[in-house]
Amino acid sequence: MSDGLTKSQARNIFYGGSIFFFVVFAGLTAHSHIYALGTSTNNDKLTESVERGKRVWEKHACVNCHTILGEGAYFAPEVGNVFFRYGGREDPAGAKEAIKTWMQSQPSGIEGRRQMPQFHLSEQELNDLADFFEWVAHINTQNWPPNDAG
Amino acid sequence: MKYQTQKVALAYFACALALFAAQVTFGLVVGYIYVAPNFLSELLPFNIARMIHTNALVVWLLLGFFGAAYYLIPEEAERELESPTLAYVQLAILMVGASAAVVGYLFRVHEGREFLEQPLWVKLGIVVAALIFLYNISMTVLKGRKTAISNVLLIGLWGIALFFLFALYNPANLTIDKMYWWYVVHIWVEGVWELVMASILAFMMLKLTGVDREVIEKWLYVIVALALFTGLLGTGHHYYWIGTPGYWQWIGSVFSSLEVAPFFAMVVFTFVMVWKGRREHPNKAALLWALGCSTLAFFGAGVWGFLHTLAPINYYSHGTQITAAHGHLAFFGAYVCLNLAIMTYAIPYLRGREPYNQVLNMVSFWLMAGGMSFMTFTLTAAGTVQTHLQRVNGEAFMDVQDQLALFYWMRFGSGVVVVLGAVLFIYALAFPRAEIVSTGRAEPAPAE
Repeated sequence: MSDGLTKSQARNIFYGGSIFFFVVFAGLTAHSHIYALGTSTNNDKLTESVERGKRVWEKHACVNCHTILGEGAYFAPEVGNVFFRYGGREDPAGAKEAIKTWMQSQPSGIEGRRQMPQFHLSEQELNDLADFFEWVAHINTQNWPPNDAG
Repeated sequence: MKYQTQKVALAYFACALALFAAQVTFGLVVGYIYVAPNFLSELLPFNIARMIHTNALVVWLLLGFFGAAYYLIPEEAERELESPTLAYVQLAILMVGASAAVVGYLFRVHEGREFLEQPLWVKLGIVVAALIFLYNISMTVLKGRKTAISNVLLIGLWGIALFFLFALYNPANLTIDKMYWWYVVHIWVEGVWELVMASILAFMMLKLTGVDREVIEKWLYVIVALALFTGLLGTGHHYYWIGTPGYWQWIGSVFSSLEVAPFFAMVVFTFVMVWKGRREHPNKAALLWALGCSTLAFFGAGVWGFLHTLAPINYYSHGTQITAAHGHLAFFGAYVCLNLAIMTYAIPYLRGREPYNQVLNMVSFWLMAGGMSFMTFTLTAAGTVQTHLQRVNGEAFMDVQDQLALFYWMRFGSGVVVVLGAVLFIYALAFPRAEIVSTGRAEPAPAE
């Protein structure tokens, strides 16, 4: 490495630059936090039911098969837009019913087909989960995913 | 081994390798479920098996880092560890927590965010163990010789602990949840873990090549500066589509493209040090793993990361098998190879032997490196087809997956090779035989 740079200079550049970039990153995070609460998500519509639905989603580790906004395992379909895929734009109540019916009819048991476990959710848990999917579908994700296939 | 207390590293490495075996075993199960979806579908559903695969990976890599720190810090600080007893207590806490978590997962006891599925009490145990570790290591360094290697390693390890605290924050708003979830996941693997990686590689270059410490440590600071300058704002490439502002598409694209730089610098660093070095170190296998680490990290994390990091490309490839391909080679190249390198280097010293089973160990490198590379290529092909069919043509997810079966069979095959390599590696380190690669004949053949 060039003789123009001493070890202590390199160290100081590392310290100073890292602090600088971390401060910039933290500042942008703070802005994004405010933006998420006020602009891109319907934080005012984040009801107790939606929150309970998120806990149902977490309790059964759904993210270790599905993706949500593209993050998770890649074994099962995207659920960030599942509400729209089930026709939620035109018929919200119908989409929720379809999601609930799907959950109740698992596993399919079909040979050679990926199996989703039966989680024995209560009526309220099913409603909460459907409300959560509806809420997530309305996050402004910069138009991702490109189509309803997710 | 110059200091008696370095011996604690051996226990850490042994536990790490046990979890490594569990990780690749469950990896094989997960890969098999992809090609035979009814396999164990009631007893061990995919989500549980995958949880064990990823969690075991993270924990064994961390155990390896801790072991590496306990091995190299006494040599750098030129004194015994502050407290070997505390180091064993820390290991016990981590192993009880890890074992309980794995058994709990099998009985559906877990939290629900990816990679952070550990129950709260296990998370708190991890925090306690981290505090013990940081106390032990920091005191050893503070009372001893301070070097750039121990300094950077300490900053990396403190960063791991501090950013893990975000794992305890789980808000109801999914966008906010995801933003801070990445504070753990991204800032670990594309931030502070790189500091650990660079400092351990620097230590190994110092010992294996005999190049002057001043030169190595200057390189080290340049590499870690590049890592954090690019990696912190590079977090932006996870903020494209989760409900965060549009400006992240610019910031994320620019800075995460530059994340290739520290990995490229590590390749140049390790190879130049080996060329410049005059030391003929007998542990050829450790050298192979160290060079393999920087090279495969450059391809897995650097090249395969760049492949899908630009926002207009990521818009189509996000969350497909492309991501899985990148994830496998990046983790293997950067952090698995790093751990196996320092183990290959340190374990013979810890057991009071000359380097042994060198050829077996090197064969295991080529099996694992070959298997993981093939897995990466086949998943990249699967992901390319998937991106087109699903994201461009709009075909349904499961219809697309059915068309990828051939790739998943090839991935399973490459997984078998990786497991064979892992078994061979563990065997080579666990059962010493007197076998080193002889180098330097009396009259070397002239260069041509």
